[in-house]
Amino acid sequence: MLYEKTIRVLYIDLAASKIEVKQRTDLSEYLGGVGIATKLLEETVKPELPPLAPEQPIILAIGAISGIFPLVTKTVAMFLSPLTGEMGESYAGGRLALALSMAGYDAVVISGKASRPSYIAIEGDTVQIKDARPIWGMDSDVVGQFLRDSEEGRGRRSILRIGPAGEKMVKFASVCVDTYRHFGRLGLGATMGSKLVKAIIVSGDNTTKIQNFKDYFRSYQEIFKSVTETDLMSKYHDLGTAINVESVSALGALPTRNLTENHFDEAEEISGEAFAEKSLVRKMACTGCPVGCIHIGQFRRKFDDGYDYESVSVAYDYELIYSLGSLLGIPKTDEVLQLIEVVEKTGMDAISAGVALAWATESLMQDIVTEEDTIVPLTFGNSENYSKAIRYLASRRNSFYEALGEGTRSAGAKFGGKDHALQVAGNEIPGYHTGYANLVGLTVGARHSHLCNAGYSVDQSLKDFDEQKAVNKLFDEELERCLLNSLVICLFARKLYNRETVLKALRAAGYPLTDDDLTLIAKRIYSTKLHLKEKLGFDPRQVQLPKRFFKTPSMQGVLDSTMVERMISQYVEKCEALLAEKI
Amino acid sequence: MKVFKAVEMNRCIGCLSCMITCSAVNQQDHSILKSAIRIKTSGGLTGKFVAIVCQACKDDVPCAEICPTGALIKRPAGGVLLDKDKCIGCELCVSACTVEAIHFDQETQKPIVCKHCGVCVRFCPHGCLQLVEEVQ
Ligand code: SF4
Ligand code: SF4
Ligand code: SF4
Repeated sequence: MLYEKTIRVLYIDLAASKIEVKQRTDLSEYLGGVGIATKLLEETVKPELPPLAPEQPIILAIGAISGIFPLVTKTVAMFLSPLTGEMGESYAGGRLALALSMAGYDAVVISGKASRPSYIAIEGDTVQIKDARPIWGMDSDVVGQFLRDSEEGRGRRSILRIGPAGEKMVKFASVCVDTYRHFGRLGLGATMGSKLVKAIIVSGDNTTKIQNFKDYFRSYQEIFKSVTETDLMSKYHDLGTAINVESVSALGALPTRNLTENHFDEAEEISGEAFAEKSLVRKMACTGCPVGCIHIGQFRRKFDDGYDYESVSVAYDYELIYSLGSLLGIPKTDEVLQLIEVVEKTGMDAISAGVALAWATESLMQDIVTEEDTIVPLTFGNSENYSKAIRYLASRRNSFYEALGEGTRSAGAKFGGKDHALQVAGNEIPGYHTGYANLVGLTVGARHSHLCNAGYSVDQSLKDFDEQKAVNKLFDEELERCLLNSLVICLFARKLYNRETVLKALRAAGYPLTDDDLTLIAKRIYSTKLHLKEKLGFDPRQVQLPKRFFKTPSMQGVLDSTMVERMISQYVEKCEALLAEKI
Repeated sequence: MKVFKAVEMNRCIGCLSCMITCSAVNQQDHSILKSAIRIKTSGGLTGKFVAIVCQACKDDVPCAEICPTGALIKRPAGGVLLDKDKCIGCELCVSACTVEAIHFDQETQKPIVCKHCGVCVRFCPHGCLQLVEEVQ
């Protein structure tokens, strides 16, 4: 908690309906966020049991300065990923971090399985497990509407919920946080579904006196100014990450039509500008973020003759335009938005859902699967059929969608289409085919996401590619992000929160740490993660990468698999060196 | 003299920077519960944001009228200032304000009411809030 060394952890045991709060001073050496979440996961996970066993935990955690500085807005979720079978780690913004802090918890550990569909209401010290039978089966947006009306705390509470896909335990089901943000990646939605938890509501009315107003407000102002008065963050606010669609395509790094191509001829039609001109209606922000990168696009849908229209608003960004746009060959903004809407309602990770459907489409073209399997003929560019397929996938309509709901890697292995299954270690790939650093980064990254170590950006920043340099950069970035994620800042602000700023902010909130302390904390967190991954049976050298990555040229040309293997080995050596250090 | 108005709430991105800074500067607290301005959603996040805050009533000022001790002093440009020493924490002003802009701080047992200082205006990134000259 703010100004304190104690980490307050709320333990919720759904099976025994037991609620307990522990003051864990011992956790303070992990600072907060991903640090304490990793430690709590290590303590509570059952490596010998399957990921969806009732005993497995869900951990939510915030950091030492959550909610009191600009862009320190995220909450980390950790769990055993049902999609990859190893460490699950996902981040969401919205109001959750503030709500948890006002409820008085640094972390929440949820374990066990409820006896019937339930939702958890955390209102400060009062924690209740309530009946969710009437809302079980509802789409994610509708659940939100119901709970908003029936629960207290308008304006400062946070509502997490799953859609039908989570209930059906689709392995890449997501958790929607406050309408527009998500714990998207790695299947937290399935874990919640497996526990029969439809939703979690968090609110509280904690207050905290500012101890050193001058220092605090000076740092607040400085950070605020660099956010709003420099152009560090303007890209995220103006067109948003969608600005990258055209440029990444032009670089030959935009996975298109299941990565049979590396650029999308019609990228201009679904570019950031196209979305802004045709559909952007407003921008929104996570609580405490003056940037407001959340771009809301609107489209109009006719639902009946007689001029009956409805308007639908959804949030869009780069990754979604890739996975439900270029990857599926969809060149129209409205159609991309419609697909986003169905993915939202059903509650799946948009990247994984898009990749799964792209795989299914190509498999159908190659006669690996039949139209009987896919129910509708899936072809690149046909959004209407994709829209139906998303519903089939979320409800696991037949044995094919049942299998696809296990993840693209699993479906690829089952039907014999491994080579074009776009996944790394089981996680469907994000929208970059930049080259070696990206591919190696996804493989060695703790959660196999582009946000682990930003390989896509390493590829773009190294003028003359040098494998050792790239490996070093990946490692350093992963390490530094352990620190940033222990504060749980929004990674869009990673340049802003350099060491100096982090130290100043921490000091103002009563944590007089040094630069060396921060380095040590980062190393401590990363080694704990590496240990845990090893315990869960993960070895990056064993990851089998699909052939497609080595066939379709990347931005750096056709990739050589032996080089990738070499880089992975070099990375592993660096990890071993870290683990050998006395921390 | 100026008064504070939430003029362009259609533009609001819901960042709550206004609430964070109002609480910090005026109440020296990290909690947004201490803010004199409150941003709420009407109908969930898909709806619009609304600002619940003092409307700077002038001449006829319901909260000041009802205060039995004269702790709410009318500002010439509109709105009121709280004289904490006079306030007895009776909460009458809270119910007198039609737009529910005054809330009661249970910790201090005093009302929190906007003093039109303009701090929130400085920290609103989207130009929703403004300090305007009093309308004659
Ligand atoms: S930049 Fe976007 S995601 Fe990050 S905190 Fe701000 S609104 Fe949230
Ligand atoms: S004008 Fe001052 S007191 Fe009123 S809401 Fe804004 S910051 Fe708070
Ligand atoms: S600071 Fe401005 S944009 Fe942010 S919540 Fe307040 S009024 Fe809205």
